[in-house]
Amino acid sequence: MAIGSEEVKHVAGLAKLAFKDEELAKFTGQMDEIINMVQQLSEVDTTDVPVTTHVTDAINTLREDVAVKGTDRDLLMKNVPQSQDGYIKVPAIIDESEE
Amino acid sequence: MDYFKNDLASIHDDLVNKKYSVEELTKSTFDNIKKVDKEIEAFLKLDEERALEKARKIDERGVKADSILDGIGIGIKDNIVTKDLTTTAASKMLENFEPIYNATVMDKLNDAGMITVGKLNMDEFAMGSSTENSAFKITKNVWDTTKVPGGSSGGSAAAVASGQVLASLGSDTGGSIRQPAAFNGIVGVKPTYGRVSRYGLIAFASSLDQIGPLTRTVKDNALVLNAISGHDAHDFTSSSREVPDFTKGIEDGVKGMRIAVPKEYFGEGVDEDVANAVKDAVKTFESLGATVDEVSLPHSKYGVPVYYIIASSEASSNLQRYDGIRYGFRAKDVKNLEDVYVRSRSEGFGDEVKRRIMLGTFSLSAGSYDAFFKKAAQVRTLICQDFENVYKDYDLILAPTSPTTAYGIGEEINDPVTMYMNDILTIPVNLAGLPGMSLPAGFSNGLPIGLQLIAPRFAESTMYRAGYAFEQSTDFHKAIPTLGGQN
Repeated sequence: MAIGSEEVKHVAGLAKLAFKDEELAKFTGQMDEIINMVQQLSEVDTTDVPVTTHVTDAINTLREDVAVKGTDRDLLMKNVPQSQDGYIKVPAIIDESEE
Repeated sequence: MDYFKNDLASIHDDLVNKKYSVEELTKSTFDNIKKVDKEIEAFLKLDEERALEKARKIDERGVKADSILDGIGIGIKDNIVTKDLTTTAASKMLENFEPIYNATVMDKLNDAGMITVGKLNMDEFAMGSSTENSAFKITKNVWDTTKVPGGSSGGSAAAVASGQVLASLGSDTGGSIRQPAAFNGIVGVKPTYGRVSRYGLIAFASSLDQIGPLTRTVKDNALVLNAISGHDAHDFTSSSREVPDFTKGIEDGVKGMRIAVPKEYFGEGVDEDVANAVKDAVKTFESLGATVDEVSLPHSKYGVPVYYIIASSEASSNLQRYDGIRYGFRAKDVKNLEDVYVRSRSEGFGDEVKRRIMLGTFSLSAGSYDAFFKKAAQVRTLICQDFENVYKDYDLILAPTSPTTAYGIGEEINDPVTMYMNDILTIPVNLAGLPGMSLPAGFSNGLPIGLQLIAPRFAESTMYRAGYAFEQSTDFHKAIPTLGGQN
């Protein structure tokens, strides 16, 4: 077993996901299979091999420091699920149902 | 009308010679889509009213004789943002999302006079190889409607293969243009990383994603890539190299071309019919004057694990933005802010997206980073070096696109690892940032087989030249599926 349900729960917490109990069992099994599959990389000798994190040949891309017009505020709000007076509305950080 | 008997050049000639107007063409395109797509279900949304309005405008000003794409319709994968036209990435998370800007490729297609017909189905957030991960509908394979169209650009491939449009745009992160092109018997190209701007492509794995065209012919493909390529200030990974005309020299043939066939691409899991079709293709290229040798890409077998770690890690980071706050799905009856994040994401994402976010988060987390993400990034270097070694002596690599032809709907969807192994022959191209093409090379039990051509970085012209030579000496691209019944 490469990964257990407690670890899956921990990772889900980091990823801001939640699983119901029955989902958790299925996900843990699948995650375990996937992690076993990717673990075959451990057989490759990578001593002194540099990492590749991108494949672009660009080094630094800079633009002239010129002010450009930004996006219209009302337009930016077009897809906001809930808003009030031009602000995005969200629930309080503290549980609203608690007295 | 359907587009089985035409290519972009012949439609263009008809428009210039006023055989029909752009409006008539556009109208009959939609009439045909409404008939055919009931069975295929490639489109998620049609943009008929605006398309007709644009068609009338082009008729008024006259079709430009020197612009082949002018006035011709195109379908767009639904992870490419289109201003004021719903863009969902086939996810419940973005079900009602209306972009406020166009992807750079959309501006470029508009400049070329192309008319957006509608948005095409895909695996949710481009994660999948069968289009079964769409939150909205199951697209069917045009050659056998009990089979998948491949993915993730399954809608883009099916729309072209069923003659609904002559061209579509897809995106390719690990094979998502080439594999559905192979499953549908059409031409699909993933350009070199950096050739096409990713601005406005809903991000999956930013070091791998590229937008590319799907068409019925090689030349049509080159024409669309001409239109969408080039540097873009909005995407600093887009290359500032000059973009050649990809149709230039396309008819020059392959005499003297040095072609390499990697032995690892014919390993376990590759169907005999697929392997034989590619071996026949080798003979075709030899008869056309190319030299073909067997070579080795020793690290190819690690492509799948490297890809699933890197792509999922990048996805877990990219998809953090879906938090239910600024746009996208927000869960109902939430009690607090944490609830908005967790419940919106848990209810808005489908299972495959969650699996990849989980694998990526795990691979990047403290304690796993060195053994997973860093290890994968190192093996990626070895995969890139394998290709560099081959390209010292060769102009092009030739291989199958996919180990099998299209499989049945529902057959593999519950087995993620088996599903992931389908991508083994397309993934290394993305990891190394190379251009790749799939084109029709045969049939097995009535289902198309794809031939993959892989060129060095920014050598798309070599790939198009070879693809065109192969196409002109074979008849596979002329086969037409029987719609409204099994072929």
